Amino acid sequence: MDQTVIPSTVDHTRAVFPEGVALDCGSVLAPVEIAYRTYGTLSPERNNAILICHALTGDQYVAETQPVTGKPGWWGRMVGPGKPIDTDRFFVICSNVLGGCMGSTGPRSLRTVTGENGVSREEPWGTDFPPITIRDMVRAQRLLVKQLGIDRLFAVIGGSMGGMQVLEWAATYPDMVFAAMPIATAPFHSAQNIAFNEVSRQAIFADPDWHGGRYWETGAIPARGLAVARMMAHITYLSEEALTRKFGRRVRRCDEPVAGSASPGALSTFGEIFEVESYLRHQGSTFVRRFDANSYLTITRAMDWMDLGMEHDGDCAGPFRETRTRFCVVCFSSDWLFPTSQSRIIVRALTRAAANVSFVEIESDKGHDAFLLDEPDFDRTVVGFLSGAAEHAGLSPRTLKGH
Amino acid sequence: MRLDQRLIAKMITPGTRVLDIGSGDGTLIDHLFRTRECDARGIEIDMGEVTRSVAHGLPVVHGDADHDLAHYPDNSFDYVVLQRTLQAVERPREVLRQMLRIGRYAIVSFPNFGHWEMRLKLLFSGRMPNTAVWHTPWYATPNIHPCTIRDFLALCDEDGYRVHEWMAIDEEGDRAPWRRSIRLANLFGEQALFRLGKGR
Repeated sequence: MDQTVIPSTVDHTRAVFPEGVALDCGSVLAPVEIAYRTYGTLSPERNNAILICHALTGDQYVAETQPVTGKPGWWGRMVGPGKPIDTDRFFVICSNVLGGCMGSTGPRSLRTVTGENGVSREEPWGTDFPPITIRDMVRAQRLLVKQLGIDRLFAVIGGSMGGMQVLEWAATYPDMVFAAMPIATAPFHSAQNIAFNEVSRQAIFADPDWHGGRYWETGAIPARGLAVARMMAHITYLSEEALTRKFGRRVRRCDEPVAGSASPGALSTFGEIFEVESYLRHQGSTFVRRFDANSYLTITRAMDWMDLGMEHDGDCAGPFRETRTRFCVVCFSSDWLFPTSQSRIIVRALTRAAANVSFVEIESDKGHDAFLLDEPDFDRTVVGFLSGAAEHAGLSPRTLKGH
Repeated sequence: MRLDQRLIAKMITPGTRVLDIGSGDGTLIDHLFRTRECDARGIEIDMGEVTRSVAHGLPVVHGDADHDLAHYPDNSFDYVVLQRTLQAVERPREVLRQMLRIGRYAIVSFPNFGHWEMRLKLLFSGRMPNTAVWHTPWYATPNIHPCTIRDFLALCDEDGYRVHEWMAIDEEGDRAPWRRSIRLANLFGEQALFRLGKGR
């Protein structure tokens, strides 16, 4: 793919863990690097830390300009001074997930391999990167949290795959999580969601530039496959209503082929394409500039393996017995990727475990992406839950302002 | 806070675990947390009320008495409260059973269909009574299972619940003077409030 620029190297802030992480698959990944960002100030009591977990294609740049794309942080409307997750009050941490491609150890990271001639060389992990789980991501985050000198997180918050990490945090390290906010997520990936992921993966495999996952050898990336994967996934993040409102059946002129699209302009016989097509092509082509195909495969697989009940005979309440964490489960009415019924399964499991749980379904027509968009009721829920939890945790109303 | 909510709060020992079914705007659980140091949680059917409650930092889940009580473990609360709702649930008997499975005590209030005004209106007009308490026409009322105080006591007797406290209250929620005689309370009490326990 000639027109696709491979991202230039950006210096991400990283923590290095030479001992690595023991993974669910049985192998030990070492060393492990975790790229992260922090916002706000840790209180002297170290009790005001909030960990934010990002979604499938998110990264650690929550509330600042993303250095690769130059775009604003993905949750800048939620996180910052005076925002619902107030960095004047809380110390916010966000790290790139294990297996990601924004500075944390993942399939694009280099490893030393010994060739047949006995000579060692460095090359990316690629498809040899070990399979990881959501819990492995959480294990790596725990190393980072500990290294930052924090024994207990005031809250862990995340949407979509970030919400899966929130659930795994509360299940795996209950004593380290005072409050947990899983948003627009599920206790296990449904067959439908696995199916969507599989289509994404097959699109990548079908790209002639895939080269069995060793695409770096040719200096190309499977941009067309990755773009199709992103386009398809992007539809699942929206809703019919949102698409109709944004694009309807409007058409626009299509003068030039769009980078990364499967068949640029093929159907634009009259020099026109539907706006929704143009939008999706744009989503696809910008995505391939910042995301690694092998990372996409690794992370979608990790989501597919998510199942809280797996080690408890299918009972999602199993991991939460005796939990003292305060939960706030949030979902959105038009989200059909992680529908309300999935959140209800989480709520019922937590109820069976006698957990302290709040549960809100926010009325919205924006689909799964609603958690990233302007939803005043959602903002109020975040503020209220955090301030209520802070009161129970004994945090002073404004921990840091003026320190 | 309504006067009958104050009466309910007085029935609750400080520092206990309380589940309020139909917690509305969360007034009672907020009061129980702030003034009685209770671990008070709510279930509410109206999503707007749920959002407002959670936005006030209160632990409230969206759900209802008929479908969501089954998920709570046995004896996970000291008190389970159901205010002015028993007559509107699908299966009141099952709801009571669940309340006393989940909690040590069930605190239940409901409008009394045996009030003299109801009896007179039905007797003289031959139409469904319409009063300050029962103010929706028969075809629109959510109150599908109305009962009198004596009906309620008969069910408690049948299902083996012990009445620890009872009182008649008026529509404003103040305690009515009928505290000796069930028959008088059943005639003059607009609402009834009970604290039940397991076993006779």
